[in-house]
Amino acid sequence: MSSSASRIVLRALLALAGCGVCIAAWAQPKAAYPGIGRDATPKEVAAWDIDVRPDFKGLPQGSGSVARGQDIWEGKCASCHGVFGESNQVFSPIVGGTTAEDIKTGHVARLKDPAFPGRTTLMKVASLSTVWDYVYRAMPWNQPKSLTPDDVFAVTAYMLNLGGIVPDDFTLSDRNIREVQARMPNRNGTTTAHAMWPGNEFGRAVKPDVAAVACMRDCVPATQTVSQLPPHARGSHGNLAEQNRLVGPQRGIDTAPATKTGAPAAAAPASKAPLAVLEKNSCVACHGMTQKLVGPAFSDIAKKYPGQVDHLLEKIKSGGSGVWGAIPMPPQTIGDDDARAVARWLAESAGP
Amino acid sequence: MSNIQQPGQVRKAPENFVDAQGVRTVFSEARKGRRDFIRGAFAAAVAGGAAASALAQSDGDPAILQLPAHSTGLGQPVVTDGYGKPSKYEGNVQRRQSPGLTPTAQASVSFAPLQSLFGIVTPSGLHFERHHQGWWDIDPSKHRLMINGLVKAAKVFTLDELMRLPSVSRFHFIECGANTGMEWGNVAVPTAQYTHGMLSCSEFTGVPLITLLEMAGADLKGERFVLAEGADGSSMTRTIPMSLVRSGEVLVAYGQNGEMLRPEQGYPLRLVVPGVQGVSWVKYLRRIELGDMPYGTKDETVHYVDLMPDGQHRQYTSVQECKSVVTTPSGGQTLLDKGFYNITGLAWSGRGKVKRVDVSVDGGRNWRSARLESPVLSKCLTRFNIDWAWDGSPAIIQSRAMDDTGYVQPGYRQLRAVRGTRSIYHNNAIQSWQVQANGEVANVQLG
Repeated sequence: MSSSASRIVLRALLALAGCGVCIAAWAQPKAAYPGIGRDATPKEVAAWDIDVRPDFKGLPQGSGSVARGQDIWEGKCASCHGVFGESNQVFSPIVGGTTAEDIKTGHVARLKDPAFPGRTTLMKVASLSTVWDYVYRAMPWNQPKSLTPDDVFAVTAYMLNLGGIVPDDFTLSDRNIREVQARMPNRNGTTTAHAMWPGNEFGRAVKPDVAAVACMRDCVPATQTVSQLPPHARGSHGNLAEQNRLVGPQRGIDTAPATKTGAPAAAAPASKAPLAVLEKNSCVACHGMTQKLVGPAFSDIAKKYPGQVDHLLEKIKSGGSGVWGAIPMPPQTIGDDDARAVARWLAESAGP
Repeated sequence: MSNIQQPGQVRKAPENFVDAQGVRTVFSEARKGRRDFIRGAFAAAVAGGAAASALAQSDGDPAILQLPAHSTGLGQPVVTDGYGKPSKYEGNVQRRQSPGLTPTAQASVSFAPLQSLFGIVTPSGLHFERHHQGWWDIDPSKHRLMINGLVKAAKVFTLDELMRLPSVSRFHFIECGANTGMEWGNVAVPTAQYTHGMLSCSEFTGVPLITLLEMAGADLKGERFVLAEGADGSSMTRTIPMSLVRSGEVLVAYGQNGEMLRPEQGYPLRLVVPGVQGVSWVKYLRRIELGDMPYGTKDETVHYVDLMPDGQHRQYTSVQECKSVVTTPSGGQTLLDKGFYNITGLAWSGRGKVKRVDVSVDGGRNWRSARLESPVLSKCLTRFNIDWAWDGSPAIIQSRAMDDTGYVQPGYRQLRAVRGTRSIYHNNAIQSWQVQANGEVANVQLG
């Protein structure tokens, strides 16, 4: 404490010496806040310091094979990302759009083609550390931080394999990850040469890329509208009359007729026990009350399995696939009472 | 002209608003001295549209002439509601999702109703939301902040301790890097809420991050980078420029607009990084690490990156460049009548103060400078106003801001010439609202 305090004083003095107009620079040591904060224990730091940098500092030891990654993927990842990492139904696709040539050049060629639809993670990501770090800290989406380091090496290996970056029999580990990094398809496709980093840490002083001029008179010839919402989209954001204040210089345009069939189903259901369980366990992230999202609507499930509490309970606990589409539902870790409440609610018509 | 008219406006009665037989009956009853009948006849006329104007012509506005219950009865007692709410008549002023923008409700966005806000402060309950893995209401007594990395000793702080430290309060805007991102290629959404509503402004209260780094004995020399990490499921991480931290601007905040942060805004602790896109303002802040290289986190190297026409992605694009938008009148609204309007809107710059805002009502051909209302603060929203008498003919309203670095907000043509249309993020182009002859206002883009 005392040495850092003296450093602060020294810095304050230096600042004072180098700044003639700073008349009231506080010379008192700013570090002197007795009783505030304590040293973290090594175990506390280890529990939270999970980030992995592009130089792989922070990467834990471990390994995982493509084959094991595929097993984990199908159970925990495919429900959102598709069996081959190709789905865009919940999040942007992870795999696709890269070629063997990209692995050689380190720059995904299709990024130059405005006609190529969409951008996958593998088309964009420059550092493999980014993928590893994010899967470890934030995935699976509804159970973040439940994967072990070996699990993360495995699912990362599986994704890399889908992208043709590593072979089928590959095992990714903390020892060979740098070699794989040298094969990342877009490792050379990024730049920090722009004016939108607010510090000088990247060692560049770049001017903004657009230099507009504030013309005041006769600036442009006749104006021409080139883009506007088509008439059929008039009500696509609900009734605008209900989205504006009822007093003031204007009202919202009444777009109600166009919205009667296509109104967004954002209304929250009444809070009753099973509904609270659905909220708490993020079931509503994949299932709508009356409309299909990733999985089927609750009302559709109810129609299909009236009165079948036990069957529904089993599906909730064990997961399922193939009944409602290609994307499987993973097994849900949900308490017995809660699971039964939801199953009973579904069996009884899933009403509000 | 639209069928909406100014309520309370006194208009000349139309001819024959009561039919001829009716007039004869009224006068004959009047001669017999039946005042109660006459009152009844006029009360009935008040109920019908045009007749209301006629009454207003003869006597005045019923909203003035007939004393309402709130002038003739007893109102509510104090503390009917211990944490008050807006008037029930303000129920339309809400945060909203843009339908179809995101398939989940947890990794999603709600937009602030900019078209209904005054001044520069966003009410905390209307502050836009962006969650990456759902929001939590965290017990502040169990929340901790850790400082580690290139420090002499890793430190842990409780919220009680952080709130004992000398605090500062500052007004700043926060804008999502994807704000207006749906409009890079063409018009996609109807109102200012959806085009620009990932924007809010609050007074934030907290401790300068530099104070905590100094307390941990941080090595502040050279090119350092700070990693900020959240405590929610996504454990959101972002690299923050050390030079900005050194300036004292970056805050570890617990207060917002005089109250604690709202849970949707990171209660009990979030980072405030003035001028920088919202994703860096890490919510539920649990850890700050000091390092000697950028961290390459998902949301600075895979998302929130800008794809240039040459196929290069710009990474670590963080500053929200100078931008403005007219909020009244704006898309999806109908003007009530011809005549005077106060055109008003918001301007901001991530590089400093707004220096000037110009407004055009002819699609950018001619411009006039608007009044900037005080306060005009650095990296904060600035409110502008300018007079306009609408003659009922079509008009295209635009605003163009300039900041104190001399940077001028560009038009779509200029921005696209450099960045193409595939950037998604950091669209700060000039917005155009087309006022049609019927009073309706539409979102348009000009060639």
